[in-house]
Amino acid sequence: MIVSSTLLAIWVFIKTVLIVSFAWIVAKILLIVLPLLFMVAYLTFLERKVIGYMQSRIGPNRIGPFGLLQPIADVIKLLTKEIIIPTPSNRYLFIIAPMISIGTAFAAWAVIPFSKTWVLANINAGVLYILAISSLGVYGVMIAGWASNSKYALFGALRAAAQSISYEIAMGFALVGVMMAAGSLNLQTIVNAQNGNIFHWYWLPLFPLFLVYWFSGVAETNRAPFDVAEGESELVAGFHVEYSGTGFALFFLAEYANMILISALMSVMFLGGWLSPFQGIPYLEGFFAWVPGIIWLLAKLSFFLFCYLWFRATFPRYRYDQIMRLGWKIFIPVTLVWIAVIAFAIQFKIAPWFSG
Amino acid sequence: MSFNFLHIIFYFFSFVAIFSAVMVIVSRNPVRGVLFLVSAFFSMAGVWMILNAEFLALILVLVYVGAVMTLFLFVVMMLNIDLVSLRKSFVRYAPLAALIVLLVVGLTVMVIGPERQGLTEMPAPAPKSIEYSNIADLGAVLYTQYAYPFEIAAVILLAAIIAAIALTHRVAVKRKSQNISEQINVKRDERVRLVKGMQK
Repeated sequence: MIVSSTLLAIWVFIKTVLIVSFAWIVAKILLIVLPLLFMVAYLTFLERKVIGYMQSRIGPNRIGPFGLLQPIADVIKLLTKEIIIPTPSNRYLFIIAPMISIGTAFAAWAVIPFSKTWVLANINAGVLYILAISSLGVYGVMIAGWASNSKYALFGALRAAAQSISYEIAMGFALVGVMMAAGSLNLQTIVNAQNGNIFHWYWLPLFPLFLVYWFSGVAETNRAPFDVAEGESELVAGFHVEYSGTGFALFFLAEYANMILISALMSVMFLGGWLSPFQGIPYLEGFFAWVPGIIWLLAKLSFFLFCYLWFRATFPRYRYDQIMRLGWKIFIPVTLVWIAVIAFAIQFKIAPWFSG
Repeated sequence: MSFNFLHIIFYFFSFVAIFSAVMVIVSRNPVRGVLFLVSAFFSMAGVWMILNAEFLALILVLVYVGAVMTLFLFVVMMLNIDLVSLRKSFVRYAPLAALIVLLVVGLTVMVIGPERQGLTEMPAPAPKSIEYSNIADLGAVLYTQYAYPFEIAAVILLAAIIAAIALTHRVAVKRKSQNISEQINVKRDERVRLVKGMQK
């Protein structure tokens, strides 16, 4: 009798601990996802404003001061629109596809280190996890294209899938270089390995990989100038032609969340993540010591996000065969060569990056 | 043995894996079949993750789910598969298939029967310390003890790639092909000639 009641007490204790820890994890996830959603909303606004000014227009300026409430209005519009499911489509897959897109776009954020202590899952295989999850994103696109049962959607999906598979290889190799330099797959360790000053960050010793990862990232998210997957003039809108309302909104969210993710990864892998850019500079280091790490991460991330918009406003769209050539014949050989160079640098302990 | 959170995860992934594996065979639509195979792979990766084999689990997702199955899906989507004749041949070959399945299942049960499986016979590995890296362990073994088999496998794969390319490569005899680097390296002066217009 006593034994069973103790067991029951233990069980209740375990259950509460589980529930509390579970609730704590969910709270932390919300702490990442909600600001991310906010960022996505205002990234669309920023995109329209930035491209507007680059093209001598004003951009959205009707709703709220300077048009600042425009994203809110867009969200309300998208959520209240009718969801149309085409009759000849594959109903279940048609509904699942946007969920896969958004799910993979958000899941990868679990391992991003926001500051010295702020990381949801500080796992050893962080880089591999990122690669694995982002390689799943292509399923959302392919399923959407096929389930819509529409020519344009299928063409868009095929283009998008071929493009992301091709550029994933170059991205993977670029990350191999980062892993070798840091000697770890843990993102937090990678950031710590870049400790020192701005020239210790990996953009300098891994400069070719930095460029390859950057442009592959743009191609991977199917953004201009690599946006053949949704080239308006050829395919109407690509794989999500048939989607309306919330389904379309989810694809849109996933695309922008992926853009922010790639920018965050660029900052973490090559620009020292949450490390201060004023490290190692005598006077300024102390002056900026109070700034939390996440601010630096956000600043670096914003730079890459701005470049996304800048590229879109300035470059004409690549032709499909040129995209394939760039990915397979230029980026992959460059990364392979530079991996060999890094291997030698690590073997001979070239200072200051690989002396440790 | 107590029933903890890990068991819930394990049973969830196992049930999904088995259910998807059955659906791969049963589903009528080949595209759905491929997608169920993807789900089977993914849930197996989840099970491996519980076994502390994080590298294998993530590589399974990255290589098989992310690359191989995508190409499968690609091919299956483009094929216009005649479902009726497919089912006819299914009936025709069913006895043979049943025989093979029985044989394989029998062999499997003989070698790894239920008396050697289960959560009590094969408890989850003891949780490793937080510093433990599955990848470092694997790498150390792969590049020392198994260096030669590893290299040989790599060379065989390389040979297979070259063979596949050599078999499918067609030399452009009559085909018009574009020289992209020439196109990209074009200068403005080669394409645009400014003519002096009417001047006042």
